Amino acid sequence: MKHRFTEYVGREFISLAETMGTAALMLKSVVFWLFRSRFEAGETAKQAVTIGVDSLIVTALTSFFTGMVLSLQTGISSKNLFNEPLYIGTMVAFSMVKELGPVLTSIVVAGRAGAVVTAEIGTMKVTEQIDALYTLGTNPTRYLLVPRYIAFMITLPLLTVFADFIGIIGGCLVGMVKLGIPSSVYFDDVFNFLKVSDFLHGFLKTFFFAFMIATVSCYKGLNTRGGAEGVGKATTEAVVTSMVLVMVLDYFISAALVAVGI
Amino acid sequence: MIEIRNLNKSFPDKQVLKNISVDIKDGELFSVIGPSGIGKSTFIKCIIRLLKPESGEIVVDGQDIGRTSDEFKLARVRRSFGYLFQEGALFDSLTVLENVAFGLKYLTDIPKSGYAKIVREKLALVGLKDVENLKPAELSVGMKKRVSLARSIAAEPKYILYDEPTTGLDPVTTGMVKDLILDMRAKLNITTVVVTHDLNLALEISSRVAMLYGGEFVEVSEPAKFRRSENKGVKEFMEISHLSRK
Repeated sequence: MKHRFTEYVGREFISLAETMGTAALMLKSVVFWLFRSRFEAGETAKQAVTIGVDSLIVTALTSFFTGMVLSLQTGISSKNLFNEPLYIGTMVAFSMVKELGPVLTSIVVAGRAGAVVTAEIGTMKVTEQIDALYTLGTNPTRYLLVPRYIAFMITLPLLTVFADFIGIIGGCLVGMVKLGIPSSVYFDDVFNFLKVSDFLHGFLKTFFFAFMIATVSCYKGLNTRGGAEGVGKATTEAVVTSMVLVMVLDYFISAALVAVGI
Repeated sequence: MIEIRNLNKSFPDKQVLKNISVDIKDGELFSVIGPSGIGKSTFIKCIIRLLKPESGEIVVDGQDIGRTSDEFKLARVRRSFGYLFQEGALFDSLTVLENVAFGLKYLTDIPKSGYAKIVREKLALVGLKDVENLKPAELSVGMKKRVSLARSIAAEPKYILYDEPTTGLDPVTTGMVKDLILDMRAKLNITTVVVTHDLNLALEISSRVAMLYGGEFVEVSEPAKFRRSENKGVKEFMEISHLSRK
């Protein structure tokens, strides 16, 4: 029993080391081709649409209702404590800009666009389309990975800014309709307390999230094995891994940003 | 000319190629036969370095790419090759025109405005027309093979590698693919390597046939001589394929 457990731990450790090594080699290749090849403008624009533009509606819905529920819960709690809804705009704006905007948008993008990227690259892998790229004079990293990395790094921060804005608007709507707060008071609460560094705190995190989601999605896609079943498995693993890592990274990056005063 | 010396390739569970050495001469149609799963596809994937062998030399027109990790050297040598994948490996998201023109962008200096004409020419060469705007999902298996072949020859390679070109095809389409292989060689004078388990096809079209068995080439000879081979593996395979030794 003890022997079997040791064997299991050893096997898992070797597997983890292999995964890290393969991912590191993939990243090395991405950096190499990022600076050594001509820019694939068409493919990058196509990916920016798939990853960013196609995620707009679901991001808007998520952040709008998140802003609304934040406003509602904060307003009700504030009323219970102080008999009137105080600093609702401040609460909603801080929560959206520093945490919920970046984290929720990253989770939405990981679930929607990350899955698309893994499934697409995974399907190409199991149907030999990746090998076909080599035979047609193109490196798959250059043609598939670099445009997706660039698209994730550009669109996720922009989507987050959009989500922050929509969430604050959602909060304002509930503040006006349910809590009776004039919009001028709500936005005074937002702008009197929110600083540029608060915005930067959330905004900078999205670059790390985008890099991580691109890495996980591309890695899982490129290492897909076993036909349609393998594609499904790789896609699920990519989404789950990305979502968990968003949460884990969020804490550590937040702590690091707080430590440097952002 | 492709010169292969002492090629060894293993996977975690077994050694697939053991000390393979062979020369494939310019203009030749060289076929590799053997049962499914014996390592034929591994062999041609090593030739174009889609797989990296553990040891050995793969010299293409004087350049050894056997063990190199130089991406640019590999890309340069791969320019000489066309590759027909078993399932076609057409890009799902692109139209037939974009698929066939794909290599032109990366392998040639032909301006974009010239792509459509070349694509139409190559499609005509494989017997297709008016399919430029279709997606691969709208094509039959035979049409996919033809489009894939048109894509492989679009940049006019010196060598073409066929991976199981007739697998999964009905007898009519198999005959058509066979004619296409011969046509391509005759019209374009391309050095051709075919890997197949279809012994009948190999004996009909090849200048030389090699039998891969147990990781080694147990017989490499012209079709007529191949039929009379006394090698046990060849004899068994001939019997399984119901082929006469005459």
